[in-house]
Amino acid sequence: MKVSDFVEKYNLKVFAGHQGLEKEIKGGYVSDLLSDVMGNAAEDEVWITLQTHQNVMAIASLKDLAAVVLVKGLEPDNDTLAHSEEEGIPLLGTGFTTFQMAGKLYIDLKL
Amino acid sequence: MVFYIAGGDFSNAGKASSQIKKALKQLNVNAKSIKQIVVAVYEAEVNVAAHAWEGKVTALIGENDIQVIVSDRGPGIEDIQQAMQPGFSTASKEVREMGFGAGMGLSNIEKNTNEMNIESQVGEGTTLKFRCFYS
Repeated sequence: MKVSDFVEKYNLKVFAGHQGLEKEIKGGYVSDLLSDVMGNAAEDEVWITLQTHQNVMAIASLKDLAAVVLVKGLEPDNDTLAHSEEEGIPLLGTGFTTFQMAGKLYIDLKL
Repeated sequence: MVFYIAGGDFSNAGKASSQIKKALKQLNVNAKSIKQIVVAVYEAEVNVAAHAWEGKVTALIGENDIQVIVSDRGPGIEDIQQAMQPGFSTASKEVREMGFGAGMGLSNIEKNTNEMNIESQVGEGTTLKFRCFYS
C-alpha cells in the first residue's frame, strides 16, 4: 500500500511532505515516546502519534519512515511542517484515535 | 565533524545525527550500521539538550569505524550505573511531555554501539564516548 492510497482510503489530511506520497508502506509503529520510536521503528513504517513538535520529523527522517500520522485532529507545530516539507516525508492528520488508526492500518497491511 | 548543542535547544537535536548519516552514506557504509550509529548519536544529542547547559559532538569517521565523543558542561551524572538502567530518568516534566526522558537513551546507545564509555563529574559535566565498527 502506498502512502497516497492510505491517505485516500481514510481521507487523511496531508499537512506537508507531498513529495513522499508515492512511498510504499511496509508496516506501522505506535508510540509517543521518542526514544522508543528511535530504538524500535523500522524503515518505511508509518508512525502514529500524538506528538506534534518538530523532533517528530527529525526522527522520521533519521529512521527513513514512510509517513507520520497525527491523531485526534491534532495540528502540527509550524516548524514540524517545515521539517516535513524539507525532508519530503508526509505529515498526515486524522480525527481517529491512535487505536482506531492503527487497527485500520494493521488490517490493510495484512500483517 | 564537530557540532555544538545548547542546553534546552531541542530544535537542533538531530542535526549532528543527520549530517553524520549523510557522510556515512557517501562513504557507502552499510545501511544497518548507519541505522545503529544514527540512533546512538541522536540519543546523545537529546541527552545534551535535555540535561546539560551546553555540549559538543565530535565524530571521527574512519574507514572501518566511527568514534563519537559527546562532551558537555552540565550537572553531571551522580550514579552512572543507575543512569544506564532502562526506565531510569531525571528528565523534567516539560521534557517528558515532549516524549523524551523515558529513560531509554543510554541503553539505546549501548545497544547500538560496540564500545561505550561515560565519565562524569557532578556539577561540571559529562563525556560520553562510543565507537561502532561498520559490519
